[in-house]
Amino acid sequence: MSSTTLDIAAPIRGAQGVTRGAAEVATSLTLAMVGAAAIWDSLRLGIGWGAEGPQSGTFPFWIGLLLAGASLANLVPVMRGKNAGAEAMFVTWPQLRLVLSVLVPTIVYVAAIPLTGIYAASATLVAYFMMRLGEFTWRSAIPAGVATAVVAFATFEIWFLVGLPKGPVEDLLGF
Amino acid sequence: MEELGLLMQGFSVALQPGNMLLMLVGVVLGVLIGVLPGLGGANGIAILLPLTFAMPPVSAVIMLSCIYWGALFGGAITSILFNIPGEPWSVATTFDGYPMAQQGRAGEALTAAFTSSFIGAFVAVVLITFVAPVIAGFALRFGPPEFFAVMFLSFACFVGMSRGSPLKTIAAMMLGFLLAAVGMDTVTGQLRMTFGSEEMIRGFDFLVAVIGLFGISEILCSIEDGLRFKGQRAKIDLKVVLRTWAEMPRHAFLAARSALIGCWMGITPAGATPASFMSYGVARRMAKDPNEFGRGRIEGVIAPETAAHAAGTSALLPMLTLGVPGSPTAAVLLGGLIMWGLQPGPMLFVEQKDFVWGLIASMYLGNIAGLLVVLVAVPWFAAILRVPFPIIAALILTVCAIGAYTVSNAEFDIVLMLVFGIVGYVMKKLDYPLAPLVLALVLGDRTEEAFRQSLLLSEGNLGIFFHNWLSGGIMALGVTLLLWPALTWLRGVLAGSFGRARAA
Repeated sequence: MSSTTLDIAAPIRGAQGVTRGAAEVATSLTLAMVGAAAIWDSLRLGIGWGAEGPQSGTFPFWIGLLLAGASLANLVPVMRGKNAGAEAMFVTWPQLRLVLSVLVPTIVYVAAIPLTGIYAASATLVAYFMMRLGEFTWRSAIPAGVATAVVAFATFEIWFLVGLPKGPVEDLLGF
Repeated sequence: MEELGLLMQGFSVALQPGNMLLMLVGVVLGVLIGVLPGLGGANGIAILLPLTFAMPPVSAVIMLSCIYWGALFGGAITSILFNIPGEPWSVATTFDGYPMAQQGRAGEALTAAFTSSFIGAFVAVVLITFVAPVIAGFALRFGPPEFFAVMFLSFACFVGMSRGSPLKTIAAMMLGFLLAAVGMDTVTGQLRMTFGSEEMIRGFDFLVAVIGLFGISEILCSIEDGLRFKGQRAKIDLKVVLRTWAEMPRHAFLAARSALIGCWMGITPAGATPASFMSYGVARRMAKDPNEFGRGRIEGVIAPETAAHAAGTSALLPMLTLGVPGSPTAAVLLGGLIMWGLQPGPMLFVEQKDFVWGLIASMYLGNIAGLLVVLVAVPWFAAILRVPFPIIAALILTVCAIGAYTVSNAEFDIVLMLVFGIVGYVMKKLDYPLAPLVLALVLGDRTEEAFRQSLLLSEGNLGIFFHNWLSGGIMALGVTLLLWPALTWLRGVLAGSFGRARAA
């Protein structure tokens, strides 16, 4: 069976959300700012001719200038409203809710790795996804999570001898 | 026919039992990666790359390139049976492949897809066998200006040949160059764009970026539509295979044309995805009954699959001979070469004959192995997508996190991977191309080095890039490609105002 609760929340046409135009503007401005930061830092390093040829800032300076220029030029069609589909949705609220239902647990997962180690965090992630997003009970979710951690541990720590972040659980077991 | 002798030597390397086993493991893993959403050739290889550090380079590259072939084969399975392109280059395969499966001709469609993939790859490998040594020999005479010119040309290709907005291509590319420049400057030892952060001193590893940009973002994109997998049953038996093979010679011309389109698009860094679309488009335009396309024509499967596989394979040609990869996956393999301590570029063909010819021989064998594996094991691979999406998603996120960590044993890299995942999600949705970003990130340092060395030679005179016909010619071609979108735009504007004036 591959039916999940996600099917129920299938995207609704014409729903409200973030428009494509708004997303375009935000992305262009962010990229232009990255370009500006590169220009600023390159000017600090020097963009002229030094003892070893072109100074450290020369190459990033021009790259930053091109990035800022291209990003700002990208704004022109959006601002003139000529961009086909600027009114189209970048992401609708129901879609965003689905994306966040995966993204938020993933952020928590990444944040937890330094504290709990990667194995315990992964086991929890698998079990959480199964119970929250797919209609599994703890009876199947918890064994599946533990199995993931054990297989990963056997593969990396024992077979490939690659050490991954470990936490209190592994300490307790003596690894 | 010196190549044939070297190729035989390569076969003796590739046919060692250990390497044969790695080939098989690679192909099976590759098909698996190709079938799963969120794992593709580029990030699949990026995740496995750190595990190969202890292997001899030739064994490592055989396994990783076989993963690539496997992924190319695997993409077709999900496109035909589930109408979900497992890889971007198999989008065009869904147009006719899925209707065929709906009509109960899944076996025929799959056989045609796998066979034409194999033919495309075979043409490309033959091309590599005979053309690569020539190009490498030619490139031995290259100095820094010529290398910079070649890189300039390949980046200009992205701008000139992109289907989307050239400005977005430039922005994505420049972002890649900037990310590559972060950290210690190898020439002067100064810290660049670290903004006082200690984590930034190491710079951005492209493997971490690839895992985030292609893996995490793909999961986020697929969840948007409330993913459910509803597939057709796959049944391939010998009778279907033989019947389809008997039919294939009729499409020989189509396959040859598609393979040529694929090889061309693969060598210029346009990649497999546009090649498959272009080949499908040409096939439809040249057909007697174009309207039948999209309703389950076998030609609609043969054309994109042949081209995609030819392009994916021939993308390794510039990677091996010039050190300029033709696709994101080839870029990841190039990063692997550097990590194994090999210097990519023409010297490989002189100093690392065993490596180069072992790899080329393994391309022949790996594709044969791939064809057999997919023909035999299609139902098992298709069964993977019957595993509920939440489990697949959680497992892929875990694998990506482990992959990002093992690149340099840094927990901060997992955070970076997640950030790249969100960036990739936004960029994908706004049609910013990811391939130029990845290539710029991989080649950034070497491009800058070639640029600085050239300027050192000429004491700061930019004319060095035009100092002889070779680098000047390549640069001129690059500039033309770079200006191509502007020229077409200008022509459109002129024609438009001319048309209006005439109408008035």
